[in-house]
Amino acid sequence: MESRMTSRPKQSILDKPLSKGKGDLNLSSFAFLFSEMVQYCQNRVHTVPELQQKLSDLGQHVGFRILDTLFLREKNYKREIKLLNMLLFVKTTVWKTLFGKEADKLEHANDDDKTYYIVEKDPLVNKFISVPKDKGSLNCAAFTAGIVEAVLNGCGFPAKVTAHWHRGTTYMIKFDEAVILRDKSMEGR
Amino acid sequence: MSRQAGRGTEAKKVSAELFTLTYGALVAQLIKDYESDEEVNKQLDKMGYNIGVRLIEDFLARSSVGRCHDFRETADVIAKVGFKMFLGITPTVANWSPAGDEFSLIVDNNPLTEFVELPDGHQNLNYSNLLSGVLRGSLEMVQMEVDVTFLQDALKGDNTTEIRLKFIRRLEDALPAGEE
Repeated sequence: MESRMTSRPKQSILDKPLSKGKGDLNLSSFAFLFSEMVQYCQNRVHTVPELQQKLSDLGQHVGFRILDTLFLREKNYKREIKLLNMLLFVKTTVWKTLFGKEADKLEHANDDDKTYYIVEKDPLVNKFISVPKDKGSLNCAAFTAGIVEAVLNGCGFPAKVTAHWHRGTTYMIKFDEAVILRDKSMEGR
Repeated sequence: MSRQAGRGTEAKKVSAELFTLTYGALVAQLIKDYESDEEVNKQLDKMGYNIGVRLIEDFLARSSVGRCHDFRETADVIAKVGFKMFLGITPTVANWSPAGDEFSLIVDNNPLTEFVELPDGHQNLNYSNLLSGVLRGSLEMVQMEVDVTFLQDALKGDNTTEIRLKFIRRLEDALPAGEE
């Protein structure tokens, strides 16, 4: 007992090499964990939007951390500065790392240059969730939306990301005006 | 005892990092929501228990493991089949009590704690306490009441992580209707 109180690990976590991240685990383990998280959040809120916000917050915790690991591991510390490259990075690298495959589609809204959509027909997090009838609008992929939001914010592309039932699940990404202006000013460079 | 191996043993996979970080998000949230480490431990144990009572079904369906004859066999199955199946690791079974009713699982490379460093002021937090609940819940579903505690935790500077399982009693009345 005594040693537990006094001795700290001699080697801090930053001294250890970063794992290559190739490991994988039984999907059931993740599904059980995620299910408990959804139930936990549900017990602490009253409305569907509140629940989705909670899930998004949890996702953001994951997003900020995966962002650091990815840029360290894959991009040699270099962050994206162009909007389109950033979005493609999310659609391909981030998705592949987390879910083993790219997201299905990336689209730009016709009527609003601030809005982009990432479409995923069958998101992993929704695989084992059956939405109760009285909560039809609930989409637990709000968790994934939170991950995307954190990744974008962490790279200097402030945005709000939400998950909707449309063509499977559609993540709606609304960037701050400033992001679009900045990107336009960089055109041609 | 013949069980249909309907679902097959090869389960679908998910990125271990997603799992690790998601668990981290949960623990961080609990620390925000509760006043003390002890309360967080309790909550993790409760969630683990809920997982355990469901996970045992998945385990039995996929593993074709039959009824264990004694607690030693149970220990082996937990370490070599259960942990292997759900966390991809095989803890060492060690430190049996003379009576054979208590043993330890020595867990190295715990995927829950990859990337994790306990901040100061959380010396009472059992970060991986979800596992205690999972073990308790799943064993209860096969009529074994056990007590699960963390004896050592590598996150707190111990050399290894040691989870102690103590057999309390066989549960006799818990059989669901229609089962032998």
